[in-house]
Amino acid sequence: MRYEAPTTVEAAVSLLSAEAGLAKVLSGGTDLLVQMRMGMMEPDLIVDTKRIPGFGDIVEENGGYRVGGAVPSAELNEHAGFTAMYPGVAEGADLIGSTQVQGRATITGNLCNAGPAADSVPCAVAVGCVARIAGPNGKRDVAIEDIPQAPGKTSLEKGELVESLFFPAKPANTGDAYLRFIPRTEMDIAVAGCGISITLDDTGTCTAAKVAIGAVAIKVLVVDEAAQALIGTKVDEAALDALASACSAAAKPITDKRGTVEFRKEVVGVLAKRAAKIALDRAKGA
Amino acid sequence: MGIHVSTKINGDDVEFVCDAEETLLDVLRDRLNLTGAKEGCATGDCGACSVTIDGRLTCSCLTLGAEVEGREIGTVEGVAKGNELHPIQQKILDNAALQCGVCTPGIVVAAKALLEKKPDPSEEEIRYWMAGNLCRCTGYDKIIRAIQDAAAEMRG
Repeated sequence: MRYEAPTTVEAAVSLLSAEAGLAKVLSGGTDLLVQMRMGMMEPDLIVDTKRIPGFGDIVEENGGYRVGGAVPSAELNEHAGFTAMYPGVAEGADLIGSTQVQGRATITGNLCNAGPAADSVPCAVAVGCVARIAGPNGKRDVAIEDIPQAPGKTSLEKGELVESLFFPAKPANTGDAYLRFIPRTEMDIAVAGCGISITLDDTGTCTAAKVAIGAVAIKVLVVDEAAQALIGTKVDEAALDALASACSAAAKPITDKRGTVEFRKEVVGVLAKRAAKIALDRAKGA
Repeated sequence: MGIHVSTKINGDDVEFVCDAEETLLDVLRDRLNLTGAKEGCATGDCGACSVTIDGRLTCSCLTLGAEVEGREIGTVEGVAKGNELHPIQQKILDNAALQCGVCTPGIVVAAKALLEKKPDPSEEEIRYWMAGNLCRCTGYDKIIRAIQDAAAEMRG
């Protein structure tokens, strides 16, 4: 195995493109090193992104934030501006692993590892996060929900890597939230999760919403029916019930040691309801 | 082919050569004879290998040796000042907050990182911060008390 730490994104793309064998991107390494250790994969090349300028930075852009591909979630959660704008996204990232893991693990890695239960992903999807992908044919911007395809599989082409995630400026009267269910209080993988963004008008009527559910399908799912259940309402109990039903109906989970199909479908609806209430309070500035 | 790495460990300039797949934990233990960090799970769950990299708490088992070029590493070996124990180490002894001791170096490094960031943490904050440091002997309560005592002493 070769280890390379290029200092430009172009050099990273060249290395990834030229490698005939298995090439892997290393940012935090909290998934990659475990997979190597378990013998699940044997890369021929590892490209460490942390020496590339910008990959470790959180910068303001057009009223939103661009988060470099190698920013660990601990740093994201220490960023006062980001956590004030998107507390739900920050809380999702903060749920992953231990303090030690937080010190290394990146949202970009969480996305590109393509685990269906990735806790930082649903709320980032809900707030409209866009990935900037660098590759042999230049750069392209892609809504992050289009990147994970199935466990461990992404839509990235050979030679491509995510250089940053852009979180657009938050519209007025907008709140976000993420909740997951795990059987204990810390250090576990989501059995179901839901990220929500809600925008209200001046009368408190929901004018826009986006709902994403995690750990209940082969990848994160955007549930349009759930958003429609909220839009045009005051996000009252009836709307919340419709939201929950839509999430439960959209979920396509499996039964495994952490939960059954029936349990996951029900719980994802409950989580959606509770997350919506938090997002609603945040949209109202409470 | 070996990778040459220049780094700083506990304030000292250190150079080593490692293989691409070698973890920082293996470098510390097998090449540099810094055996304070322990391999518990090797998958980032137990915290026995805790170190700081540029001041940030992390698992050395989830870091490649090659990654630390130009970084500053802090290990448990750098916590005491000569023969004088750090308050966290002393309070762990005073509270009998260890039995077999395998988790203790990681506990010391993690608790020190917490108190540098937050001198007066609540019990809940301590428990969440330390959730990645597993101890199969003590039941944790004495460890929490030791960290609280150390925090109080360090605040003066």
